[in-house]
Amino acid sequence: MTLPDLVLYDEEFRKIKESLQRLASDANANVVFLVDKNGQQIAAVGDLQTLDTTSLASLTAGNVAATDGLARLIGEKEFSILFHEGERDNIHISIVAQRVILVVIFDERTSLGLVRLRVRRAMAELEKIFAEIAGKAEREKQSLQADFDSPFAEITDEDIDRLFSE
Amino acid sequence: MTFINYAAREINCKIVYYGPGLCGKTTNLQYIYDRTNPSAKGKLISLATETDRTLFFDFLPLDLGTVKGFKTRFHLYTVPGQVFYDASRKLILKGVDGVVFVADSQEARLEANIESIRNLDKNLKEQGYDIATIPYVLQFNKRDLPTSMAADEMYRRLNIKREPTFEAVATTGAGVFDTLKAVARQVLMDLKKR
Repeated sequence: MTLPDLVLYDEEFRKIKESLQRLASDANANVVFLVDKNGQQIAAVGDLQTLDTTSLASLTAGNVAATDGLARLIGEKEFSILFHEGERDNIHISIVAQRVILVVIFDERTSLGLVRLRVRRAMAELEKIFAEIAGKAEREKQSLQADFDSPFAEITDEDIDRLFSE
Repeated sequence: MTFINYAAREINCKIVYYGPGLCGKTTNLQYIYDRTNPSAKGKLISLATETDRTLFFDFLPLDLGTVKGFKTRFHLYTVPGQVFYDASRKLILKGVDGVVFVADSQEARLEANIESIRNLDKNLKEQGYDIATIPYVLQFNKRDLPTSMAADEMYRRLNIKREPTFEAVATTGAGVFDTLKAVARQVLMDLKKR
């Protein structure tokens, strides 16, 4: 069996959050979040109270996947930036390190130009963090295979039955 | 691909409901949505045509509770069943942790079921998975219809690796949670082996 593809520890999670936080304030954006290509939300910052981030993550990934499919049909590797313009709010989507999706939601208090500029800087930071995560995963894979101390090694049938009785 | 977030102490798993057009995949999700405590579920999203046929996917996030101190979040997806939406089906299988195959019990749909299982096998392979090893559960839906085939005959034709198999009537909910529980069990047990 392989290790789970994406394992996020506190240290990297904190770095990611800091980077997103910085992007949100530098670009004057309402919300910034990071989703993996399968639709799982990795981190989010900003004005999240009124936002259904789980749905947003799943739809963003669907959107990117569909756009990727379109890109391949016309012979492109990917469309690395998507932009949706609304009357009030806009969504800027970009692909980081070919595996995660950076989403910025902003309104008229900032501009597309500023958002793009700040996104570029944040992407460089995030790419570095994800390279570290990938490196860590690779090292762990090699150093152990056998004794990866998964907290799930002890899951029992009763644990699972309990999930469904609640 | 299970996503384990040690920082937030969460496990995220993706379950895909697969099967031929009009077999009841969306109905399964709808029933689960209707019967789940509001605090444990998110919004049910359906990307459907005007006639309620699934166009891209349905999506339902579920929080099932905690295992070993980790919150388990299941993301349930359906695929569009009609043959010509194959490109969309491939996209949705990306990163899947477990599959529920919903078969239509009507005799006239037997060939469609078989073709859809073949299609699943092929699409899983393209994503680097093997139907023989991925957590997988089979559901015979629409058992209430007078035109439904005998269950043992269906089992003979559709069961591929002695996967857990459930009879269901998704419109009334019979068998729906049993199916979900079986696939969730396999996915979580699979984590153990890693």
